[in-house]
Amino acid sequence: MAFLVAHFTQIVFYVLALLAVLGGIGVVTFKNPVHSALSLLGTFLMVAGLFVLRHAEFLAAVQVLVYAGGIMVLFLFVIMLVNVKKLQPEAVFLSAQAPMAVLAGVLVGALVAFGLLAGKLAAAGGVPAALQTVDGKVLGNTEAVGWLLYRQYLVPFEVVSVVLLVAMVGAIVFGLKSASLDRGEGRAER
Amino acid sequence: MSLSDFIPFVPEIFLAAAGLGILLAGITLGKKGVRTLIGSGVAALIVTAVLVWVFGRPQGGPQVILGGMLVLDNLAVFFKLIMIAASIIALIMSAGFLERSPYGGGEYTSLVLFATVGMMVMASGANLASLYVGLELMALSVYILVGYFKLEVKSNEAAVKYFVLGALSSGILVYGISLVYGTLGTLDLRGIHQALAGMAKLNWAAGLGIVLVGFGMLFKVAIVPFHVWTPDAYEGAPTPVTAFISVGPKAAAFAMFLRIFLGAFEPNIAAWRTVMWVAAAATMIFANTAALTQNNVKRMLAYSSIAHAGYALMGIVAGTAMGLWSVMLYMLIYTFMNLGAFGFVILLESRGYAGETIQDYAGLAKRHPAAAAGMLVFMLGLAGIPPTAGFMGKLYVFAAAVQAGYVGLTVIAVVMSAVSLFYYFRIVVQMYLHDGEEDEPAELIRDRWVEAMIFVCVAATLFIGVYPGPMVGWARAGISALGLG
Amino acid sequence: MIGAMHYVFLSLILFVLGLIGVMVRKNFITVLMSLELIFNAANLNLIAFSDRFSSLSGQILAIFIITIAAAEAAIGLGLIIALLRLKDTASLDDANEMRG
Repeated sequence: MAFLVAHFTQIVFYVLALLAVLGGIGVVTFKNPVHSALSLLGTFLMVAGLFVLRHAEFLAAVQVLVYAGGIMVLFLFVIMLVNVKKLQPEAVFLSAQAPMAVLAGVLVGALVAFGLLAGKLAAAGGVPAALQTVDGKVLGNTEAVGWLLYRQYLVPFEVVSVVLLVAMVGAIVFGLKSASLDRGEGRAER
Repeated sequence: MSLSDFIPFVPEIFLAAAGLGILLAGITLGKKGVRTLIGSGVAALIVTAVLVWVFGRPQGGPQVILGGMLVLDNLAVFFKLIMIAASIIALIMSAGFLERSPYGGGEYTSLVLFATVGMMVMASGANLASLYVGLELMALSVYILVGYFKLEVKSNEAAVKYFVLGALSSGILVYGISLVYGTLGTLDLRGIHQALAGMAKLNWAAGLGIVLVGFGMLFKVAIVPFHVWTPDAYEGAPTPVTAFISVGPKAAAFAMFLRIFLGAFEPNIAAWRTVMWVAAAATMIFANTAALTQNNVKRMLAYSSIAHAGYALMGIVAGTAMGLWSVMLYMLIYTFMNLGAFGFVILLESRGYAGETIQDYAGLAKRHPAAAAGMLVFMLGLAGIPPTAGFMGKLYVFAAAVQAGYVGLTVIAVVMSAVSLFYYFRIVVQMYLHDGEEDEPAELIRDRWVEAMIFVCVAATLFIGVYPGPMVGWARAGISALGLG
Repeated sequence: MIGAMHYVFLSLILFVLGLIGVMVRKNFITVLMSLELIFNAANLNLIAFSDRFSSLSGQILAIFIITIAAAEAAIGLGLIIALLRLKDTASLDDANEMRG
């Protein structure tokens, strides 16, 4: 019990990390896209937990809301909408060069790992993120992120709002079943 | 931050608002309003260009504005005006094409405008966050434009391939950015420059971040071996979109490339220069060779645009002030030449996919001497033969490389330029030496707007080729202000 | 103690899994999911570093990345729907209309 208390963070980290990796492996290996999607959901939630461990509570909430709540629903919706059979009847679901690809991926990983071990990160320091202050007042994570997001990072924030608009336009352009288009008008003379 | 701080950002805000307005107008106007919508898009772009000139220019030296997110300097103004010009020409060229198709004009025009906003942010970003966000705004808009003709299998397939590889590259880019942040402690380009300059020797982890960011950038400008998406995306996309993506996004990616590599990562040039050298050489050799065997003109022009990115990359390898402004000048010249060449592909596309094979150009000189002469100018320009601007562009990039001591790379470039003559001249031979009676060549469409734009491109290609002084002067003024050092 | 390095290696594993997924899977939907893994890997790095330096800019960039990943998923899924209407398959190997 004392061990559990003393090493609480470590234990939580390793459990979450292990589950996140298992989820990732599931995404790549499950044949059925629904199963892949569910294991991806697991990874998203574990990553959100890992964010909390690093004092990024706001991000954790965003991760759950946007990824688990938004993107995941979108994925499952499309999978259900288009009839699972269409998506995965092939007996062979991996491309022919799969072993080569795995090898290449592992090599890239080994290379990056080597670089990380041989190099070093920038020095740690400064005020703990949990205790950022503005005008002498200590802020919580959400408030601190808000101050930064709407002041210093206002320009990329505005640009991102246009990105979301573009995504909406794109989803409508591709998804809309337009009557005049489907009758094939003008399709020939292109 | 007060409201007046946003004055230099007015052009982007105006353009995004105009895009939104056109999107809404497109819903009410429907299929009939293609010309109106494209016309208002062009008007908005012209107003934006004026706004950039009035509000977007730096007073004195480079100014970092809006919390360090953007920088106002001549590099930004130069690239913004190139991109706006590219968007205007590509939009005008799309009008007739879109009218003949069953697709509407509202989404199309507004996506071009949104992509232009993204490109403008890329040209003036001073922080990896704003650069990345601008890049994604441009990339997402362009994926949709490539797949815009959703009932054409080719267009759809091109969008799928472009999307998967594009998203992968942006994932790699952002992973690289996260490593750069972890090893240098900041996202600010100036801060990164200082941190790197302060390091006695390059730390492996930082180097890895730089390499991954480099991979992402090489993908966006389509350098071998990250070019695999280009031929398919260019062939499958609707031709005006191909014309647009071969110039605007390429110029924007080069602007971002210059800012990150010749700005922020400049202290470590010795470490990444060799990679770029190899990539540039491989690109020029591979793309020019692959273009020789293409029978589809769009695909040939795709390989030609890969080769041109390879030439421009030489300026980055050189890493000098001259290298930098020669890339800027190259992008300006390439924009006009490439848009003009694609203009002819649009004009010939009268039936089905006509105008796309080289045989469609047979005997063009006899039937339409003026058109053949115009195409000849662009082919000469792309091959880099005087008195066209293409020659001037190559001259300065090659000179920059030689000056920096890269004679071997320049020799490769000159040899491969000679090879490129073969494929550009296949079209010239078809136009002038074949009568085209037996091949049933494609007929030119009468579209005076496309013709006018081609005329503008011919004029620019010849004018800059004969009298490059002002443009060179303008590009050179740009580098007094990289805004990072 | 769990340091930033632990996070960096976890994120590396997710990054490599995502890369492999994009390369080996044929199905467009699973390729999209693998891409999401890559974006998550980058976010993990950013959060860990942001805590380490006590600078929130990493968290801000992570917010942007999450938003952009959502936008990308929307467009990708739209493309899948358009693709399935045309071809009755979401396998990337069947995208072979163009060669050369």
